[in-house]
Amino acid sequence: MLGLGEDRLRADMNRLLALLFHQGVLDEQFLQLQQLQDESSPNFVSEVVNIYFHESEKLLMNLRTLLMDKEFSGYKKIGIHLNQMMGSSSSIGAKRLANVCVAFRTASQLNNRPGCLRALELLEHEYCYLKNKLHELFQLEQQRILAAGVRYPRQM
Amino acid sequence: MTTTANGVAASWRRISDTIDGFDLSPSSKSNEVHVLAVDDSFVDRKVIERLLTISSCKVTAVDSGRRALQFLGLDEEESTNGFDGLKVDLIITDYCMPGMTGYELLKKIKESSTFREIPVVIMSSENVMARIDSCLKEGAEDFIVKPVKLSDVKRIKDCMTREFKLGNEERGVNKRKLRESETCACDLSSSPPSVMSSLPSSPSQSPQPSLLSAPPSPSPSVLSSSAPCSPSSSLDSPTRRLKMTLSD
Repeated sequence: MLGLGEDRLRADMNRLLALLFHQGVLDEQFLQLQQLQDESSPNFVSEVVNIYFHESEKLLMNLRTLLMDKEFSGYKKIGIHLNQMMGSSSSIGAKRLANVCVAFRTASQLNNRPGCLRALELLEHEYCYLKNKLHELFQLEQQRILAAGVRYPRQM
Repeated sequence: MTTTANGVAASWRRISDTIDGFDLSPSSKSNEVHVLAVDDSFVDRKVIERLLTISSCKVTAVDSGRRALQFLGLDEEESTNGFDGLKVDLIITDYCMPGMTGYELLKKIKESSTFREIPVVIMSSENVMARIDSCLKEGAEDFIVKPVKLSDVKRIKDCMTREFKLGNEERGVNKRKLRESETCACDLSSSPPSVMSSLPSSPSQSPQPSLLSAPPSPSPSVLSSSAPCSPSSSLDSPTRRLKMTLSD
């Protein structure tokens, strides 16, 4: 029964990952991050992703502040924030987010404010979705580790 | 001198006897490649640091070109000299950074008589030919399109280690044998870096197109199997200008 728990959790994780890949939310760079995780760095993926969340939330707040400014003219600053977000998103494999950044950047280069606002909303929406799904993934991972730990004594 | 792996090991040991203080055995810690990584993004620093560590490199990660120069002791304002044990073997830097760009950092390093020998690799999320070109012209060793993968780091490290050993090789051994292997297996990660074994030379084996012979793919590698890493072949090859000059 306990063994089944761990296997089921692993299956759930795989299913979630497959879904995220299928939706284009994640790409193979995320798998690359997983490959970098081992006994010497057992929490690598969640560490990097948490740094990413922290930074992205700051960037999103800055973007919203910039766009909401009535005296708005700072497309250059927007471009800088977007480049940062694009870069870090692609570094963790958050493909869909990176793509939205590209569209956002195009709108900003055309000085298209309504387009920028729409892109920002989409970016925030995508970010929320990614964050929720990755949190779900990490929770499953934690549960799986616990389940594996409970089974271990039996094998001895 | 044989060309088998065992033969290589034997000949290396003989060479290392004559070279002061240089233990060329792969297990030697003092021979670990020390990389200075420069990137303003915390996420990217974390990733590149891990990629390098897992590839058995020592890493120092800094967040700006300015800090990089300070670390090297090149910054005019604050000199942090005296890092005897922390010789930098490779610098890998992001291109787009606030303040000093990776390109400007590259130029500063190549202008320095002390540090111009250190290979510099540029990383960028933008795959722009003009950018790649200007970096190479300025003396960059290679140009990686982000996101950086393990295969990118392995390739660079293999080239590094090979030049490391070859640098010492030049001092006396069989240059004819080196010239025979015109190309290197930088990106053929299945074969371990071995100087004296015959290196696969067929460009068709390369998984990535060379910038010199084909238009770049989405993840271009400037140095592919047709761009030699061995210094003696670089003396004759057109890609010599891309390589750091090794002292004779």
